[in-house]
Amino acid sequence: MRKIAIYGKGGIGKSTTTQNTVAALAEMGKKVMVVGCDPKADSTRLLLGGLAQKSVLETLREEGEDVELEDIRHCGYGETLCVESGGPEPGVGCAGRGIITSINMLEQLGAYDESVGLDYVFYDVLGDVVCGGFAMPIRDGKAQEIYIVCSGEMMAMYAANNIAKGILKFAQNGPVRLGGLICNSRKCDNEAEMIEEFAKRLGTQMIHFVPRDNDVQRAEINRKTVIDWNPEVAQANEYRSLARKIDGNKNLVIPTPLQISELESLLMEFGLFAA
Amino acid sequence: MLDGTNATVCERTALRINPAKTCQPIGAMYAALGIHGCMPHSHGSQGCCAYHRSHLTRHFKEPVVATTSSFTEGASVFGGLSNMTTALSNIFSIYDPEVVAVHTTCLSEVIGDDLPMMIKKNIAEGKIPEGKHVIHANTPSFVGSHVTGFSTMVKNTIKYLSGKTGETSDSVNILPGYVDPSDMRELKRIAAELGVKITMLPDTSDVLDQPQTGVYEMYPKGGTKVSEIQAMGDAIATLACGDFASKEAAEELEKKCIVPFSLIDLPIGLKGTDTFIDTLRRMAAVPVPASITLERGRLLDLISDMSQYFHGKKVAIFGDPDHVVGVTQLLVEIGMIPTVVITGTPGKRFERKIAEIVSKVSPDAHIEANADIYKLHQIIKNRKVDLLMGNTYGKHVARAEGNLPFVRFGFPIMDRTGHRLFPLVGYRGAMYYLDKILDQLFDKADREVPEELFELIQ
Repeated sequence: MRKIAIYGKGGIGKSTTTQNTVAALAEMGKKVMVVGCDPKADSTRLLLGGLAQKSVLETLREEGEDVELEDIRHCGYGETLCVESGGPEPGVGCAGRGIITSINMLEQLGAYDESVGLDYVFYDVLGDVVCGGFAMPIRDGKAQEIYIVCSGEMMAMYAANNIAKGILKFAQNGPVRLGGLICNSRKCDNEAEMIEEFAKRLGTQMIHFVPRDNDVQRAEINRKTVIDWNPEVAQANEYRSLARKIDGNKNLVIPTPLQISELESLLMEFGLFAA
Repeated sequence: MLDGTNATVCERTALRINPAKTCQPIGAMYAALGIHGCMPHSHGSQGCCAYHRSHLTRHFKEPVVATTSSFTEGASVFGGLSNMTTALSNIFSIYDPEVVAVHTTCLSEVIGDDLPMMIKKNIAEGKIPEGKHVIHANTPSFVGSHVTGFSTMVKNTIKYLSGKTGETSDSVNILPGYVDPSDMRELKRIAAELGVKITMLPDTSDVLDQPQTGVYEMYPKGGTKVSEIQAMGDAIATLACGDFASKEAAEELEKKCIVPFSLIDLPIGLKGTDTFIDTLRRMAAVPVPASITLERGRLLDLISDMSQYFHGKKVAIFGDPDHVVGVTQLLVEIGMIPTVVITGTPGKRFERKIAEIVSKVSPDAHIEANADIYKLHQIIKNRKVDLLMGNTYGKHVARAEGNLPFVRFGFPIMDRTGHRLFPLVGYRGAMYYLDKILDQLFDKADREVPEELFELIQ
């Protein structure tokens, strides 16, 4: 079983990319579980067809500690298993602790047991590795492979670099590795070339360049992944291609994060000169 | 003191009044003390460690040493790695233990400190002296109870240290559960009577029941040695006592070293002890010696002599789940009626187990897990009982209910001392507790009955 965590700047399209890629993996016949680690609990919406499922933490709060796996795990597109960690409302409580609690609970309940027959677990994690809780998915024995979703925008790259710093810390004493950058295009100038170079400097690869396509939005409005909504469109092939690349990826590294000045000069070189 | 307790029971979902449980780290610290040469280490701020040590000392009347990561505001924000690193280097250079058993606190849990990573880092950087060990258990107090903390620490001790040495062994592992040193000593005595070689984990006898020698030893001679734990994988089988305290550890050893296990209730009372002895003798393929049979016979005789006084008496019992299961079984054996049975530890399986034990004698008993002492008191007000059994915290209820006869058992007992020496487990433990129960019932009667009923001979 491969355990994969997807990180990236808020709003970059982690959940969308994760679900579309997972749909492609499911189409390939892989058994996948998606664990949404975002208090907003919207990481599995497209796989479940908009079905609002009760999050782990909501269930825990309402039903106490005697939670059953069936209460929190639901079956979505292509027999994918979907779990939402959930978390507190904005401004209260501790979302990081929420992630720790729900991942511990999933382990206790046997969600990762061999008998489930999983090929992949995907953790879709909110934003940065801001605190100990948000690093839970990459602790020893959890996800061993990280993909960072980014674009050619300065702040997305800045966030990716920060995440690489977090991974470096855990990689020094554990098996977690960076598998690559997924460029979710914002149609910036020279975007693919810049992210390729950025990835190279981080010691990794740009595993796929996902072009911007309104079909993603159309599918989202229909509460579906692109493959589910219309398997024929070009964008579906992009996600299939990303899924195949992840499936065959052997390029797992300890990242070498950039100094902020280096990151800025990279932007100057690729982003501005073209204009 | 508890005169304000209202007999009308209202549903409470969040509020707990006089909880019947305490912090996870207390159990973890106690389990760690049962490893020879082990320093328990509290990863959090100092107050936790001070409370846990003093709580254990109040029960065992022995000094309890433990270290702390001494979190400050800085550590809470930046994570506890640097405090842990400094602590480990200080502990090994100043106190020189064989093992440091780290447990977390609520603070380090909430900020999400990754203990396995911290330990690995310290090993990788050569901060842990050769041949020494650092183990850990996650013990957030907002989950489970002190029993959970105990269970996790025993499980992780096995996870970190157990193994197979490659030599075949005719030894049996005994996981005694969250019991007193006197109980562990008694279980070892029974095993020795049977002639079975055992490894007990943890073993706090000769650690927390020290003889007075005038000399203080930081690491007394007792406790399970690391070399013994490392050989636990060679054993024939594991005998795990207590679902809540020992099951996870037994499962871990089975998973790690393929040692089969039997899970039994704590060996309390006739049936409980019978099961313990029977399981142990089957595992080791030994006969039961006459000495044990005679001991059992004496208990049986005592029960038949006393049963006229016990018969039909109603009892309220509270405490830790494994203990309460055993004691409830004992009470049923002697003809008493468990009427109220609660534990502060969460777990529906407790309720199912108790319901099964009392089904014939007390089908309408009030059974509740994750309850508190206030609730116990309320139920007692509604359903008159003749005897209360529980830990020290029951004394307020006993007093408020007209000096209800009260027998202390389990953890913590902070206002008496006998539990250090006299076991609750085994036939002998049952004899001792039956004697205590009868004393309490008769003493109250002798104090309160009219003179014409004041009997010299009972």
